[in-house]
Amino acid sequence: MNPLNRLDLYKQMVRIRQYESRILQEYHADKKPAWDIGAGLIPGEMHLSAGQEPSAVGVCANLKQGDAITAPHRPHHFALAHGVDMNAMTAEIYGRDTGLCRGKGGHMHLFDPENHFSCSGIIAQGYPVACGQAMAFKRKGTDHVAVAVAGEGAANQGAFHESLNLASLWKLPVIFVIEDNDWAISVPRSHSTANASNADRASGYGMPGVRIENNDVEAVFEAAGVAIDRARAGGGPSLIEIHTLRLWGHFEGDAQAYRGADLDTLDARDPIPLYAATLAEIGDLSMDQVASIAADAAAEVDAAITFATSSPFPTADDALLHVFA
Amino acid sequence: MTTTETPTRRITTAKAMAEGIALEMRRDPGVFVMGEDVGAYGGIFGSTTDLFAEFGADRVIDTPISETGFIGAGIGAAVEGLRPVVELMFIDFYGVCMDQITNHMAKIHYESGGNVTVPMVLMAATGGGYSDAAQHSQCLWGTFAHLPGIKVVVPSNPYDAKGLMISAIQDDNPVLYLFHKGAQGLVWMEKNPRSIAHVPEESFTVPIGEAAVAREGTDVTIVTLSLSVQHSLDVAEQLVAEGISVEVIDLRSLVPLDTQTVLASVAKTGRVLVVDEDYRSFGLTGEIAAVIAEHDPMMLKKPFRRLAVPDVPIPYARVLEQGILPTRDKIAAGVRELMS
Ligand SMILES: Cc1ncc(C[n+]2csc(CCOP(=O)(O)OP(=O)(O)O)c2C)c(N)n1
Ligand SMILES: [Mg+2]
Repeated sequence: MNPLNRLDLYKQMVRIRQYESRILQEYHADKKPAWDIGAGLIPGEMHLSAGQEPSAVGVCANLKQGDAITAPHRPHHFALAHGVDMNAMTAEIYGRDTGLCRGKGGHMHLFDPENHFSCSGIIAQGYPVACGQAMAFKRKGTDHVAVAVAGEGAANQGAFHESLNLASLWKLPVIFVIEDNDWAISVPRSHSTANASNADRASGYGMPGVRIENNDVEAVFEAAGVAIDRARAGGGPSLIEIHTLRLWGHFEGDAQAYRGADLDTLDARDPIPLYAATLAEIGDLSMDQVASIAADAAAEVDAAITFATSSPFPTADDALLHVFA
Repeated sequence: MTTTETPTRRITTAKAMAEGIALEMRRDPGVFVMGEDVGAYGGIFGSTTDLFAEFGADRVIDTPISETGFIGAGIGAAVEGLRPVVELMFIDFYGVCMDQITNHMAKIHYESGGNVTVPMVLMAATGGGYSDAAQHSQCLWGTFAHLPGIKVVVPSNPYDAKGLMISAIQDDNPVLYLFHKGAQGLVWMEKNPRSIAHVPEESFTVPIGEAAVAREGTDVTIVTLSLSVQHSLDVAEQLVAEGISVEVIDLRSLVPLDTQTVLASVAKTGRVLVVDEDYRSFGLTGEIAAVIAEHDPMMLKKPFRRLAVPDVPIPYARVLEQGILPTRDKIAAGVRELMS
């Protein structure tokens, strides 16, 4: 297990939040006056991960180069925490030729083969793919692992259950990560899921499962460390469910009328100020550091956005390329 | 029939769909709705607007993200005589539930020698044009129309949306009801004025299997459906200035396909452009060509023309996507070519 570096966890969470906050601004900046999802420099659906930083940061702090991640429709936090290049990812979100996928993929379809990172907009369909990557790692005799990420809503999809069984049956080095943010668009967990904890489902498939409450980045880090060590050593898959927080709408433009009183307590539950307070209390973080970490993150994100907006667009004819290798 | 409404009542396609469902729910206690976010949210694309407030959680059921489960459950309920209206949020998600659709919903009546019926409606959003990329922008109606046993309807405007919904619910067969996101009249999408129109308040039906002549013309026939009808009507208006008279056929149903209306129009104009937002090969455009060729290829004064997505997945970036969609510019160019 990697040693716990609290400051690094904090920095990475701030970096991700800064990214999502700037994308939020940029996304909405040019969709007015009549809001149109297809308009502006960043068109299309946008699912941001603010509030869910602890899961990505806690898990990815235990990964090494060559480990794989499959992420869902809400991918930015895992992409950034896993080392996907911020410039190339941002250029993709802006639909530019310099983007990770040359403008073909967009924010739900980021592919970074160098970092074995991918995501899919079809719920739970990254689970089987992670099993396959784990299968390849095992057959090649490496100690790499694959991390399959999706929301609590996804855990009711057949592909999730088939994957748990496959991974357990074949002892694949997979870590199933469920981000329980209480909601699947407008449907609360209580209306979608028969089990209070997906850790129970893990035991049904013969693998260890834990549920982590309170969006606690250090608890995620510890649990992921145990699961990843076990997978690397040939012990097979594990499941980690993280009770996290969707700070913003399901997608941008979601008015969240269905969410009710849940909205009132969001600020108090924001994991980043909470973690800053924890670190300050134990003397690991000063006010100066808070400011300089925020400034560094802002500079990095601004540079990525500048890279994206100054990159060329693809041409219409490029749409015909890459159907086949 | 008496009615108290003013003739200018104008509603969106989304609202018209929901109204059609509500009327059937009031009439028939066996009608119920299920799908993701169809309850308080009212459907991501507004297809179940206000139903939850009127009928409650017992008849407007939010489901887990378990499409095989709840579409299959719809089939089971239909087999037992209820009339479920089930929403698959995007048609692109067919991948996770196709077995229930094609091997069960579509085949049970036939397999049972006609002894079992499956009176359900499966509705799903289709189409692109707003950079939702490869997994959320497909039309795919050709795929489903290819499979025997499913009626397929594809309204292009509020009036047909309501009338076809009522017909679909009353039909004793499974009906796939595909609605284009860009034709729903949603406030958060590009505004297409033809997506808001007068619709009578009372119940009425639009027969499944009847195309409409959306605009009469004499020079060129455009055969199309869904949002492309709106675009084709825009183009037809624009081309008047160039002295070109365009007839627009709105297919409205793919299964059954109204070949008579298509053939009558082509016989009149002798020039045909099929506009389809689905993939080009092995689909609707080829089917219409075959219908004409089998009937009388000599009707054509100019070779058959088609405009469809050139067999690539739908790309994300706007310039890429607009490059492959049947936009107004490309439709106009196709018509001009037929006239040259
Ligand atoms: C198979 C499939 N069904 C439905 C959807 C539409 N959809 C996109 S995100 C979402 C909710 C996902 O909830 P959850 O898994 O909890 O993830 P979260 O959005 O909360 O991060 C739904 C229903 C989809 N993309 N794929
Ligand atoms: Mg969720």
